[in-house]
Amino acid sequence: MATDKQTKIRTKTQGGVTDVLVLVSHPMETGQRPDPKDKDKKVPAHYIQKMTFSLNGKEVAATDLGPAVSKDPLIGIKLKGAKPGDKIKVAWSDNKGESASEEATIS
Amino acid sequence: MTHYPRRTFLRNTLATAVLVAVGGTGLFSPHRALAAEWPKDAFTAKKLEDAVQALFGSTAMSPSASIKLKAPAQAENSAQVQIQVTADLPNVEAIAILVEKNPSPLVAHASFQGAEGYFSARMKMAQTSDVVAVVKSGGKLYTARQNIKVTVGGCGG
Repeated sequence: MATDKQTKIRTKTQGGVTDVLVLVSHPMETGQRPDPKDKDKKVPAHYIQKMTFSLNGKEVAATDLGPAVSKDPLIGIKLKGAKPGDKIKVAWSDNKGESASEEATIS
Repeated sequence: MTHYPRRTFLRNTLATAVLVAVGGTGLFSPHRALAAEWPKDAFTAKKLEDAVQALFGSTAMSPSASIKLKAPAQAENSAQVQIQVTADLPNVEAIAILVEKNPSPLVAHASFQGAEGYFSARMKMAQTSDVVAVVKSGGKLYTARQNIKVTVGGCGG
């Protein structure tokens, strides 16, 4: 399913290690917060469950996220030996079936 | 008299055979192990030990000084607590972050196949609690913890 949520990737290489930071604009609703309009109800849970990182088409890391990850999650991993021009791809999916992927070139 | 159309029959049989073959090989490739299903039991567990058990199949952990936790000693905003875990161990397979006193302790779990033993995220905390990082390296579990104080009211001081 498509999504209106933005995914942004930042990379920084220093001393042979590449930092990969991913920012997704996502509500990360836990399902425990009361509905502001109706106090007897709760805002339904809506959060990212899986996020995978691929370098040049090969999966290098897979993360499972829970509702305790903050709103608009900022997730970081590190890669060794990535070269400028290499392609990093991030794909995520949430508990409501929304998903997106974004690709960036390591500079 | 009706009889089964032979062409359709052959085509369907062949298609099924191909599907089975593809499914069979996919099942045993190492790639699939990494892209496993979201571990629901681990994320819904109410106790730290239960979550670790559901995630790694064991709770035998030894404390390690090679795991560095970078997190504030005091969180000004409990909904946005930055945490970084660096595991200086060989062959780091997975890192899990847990908050002991959250309703469901497991925050996130990352498994690596080529990436370094590092994971950072921002998390929500219900109250002042120990944050525990569990690192799987060479089939064994290592752990490190740090207390993060949550100030209700958000005045920092």
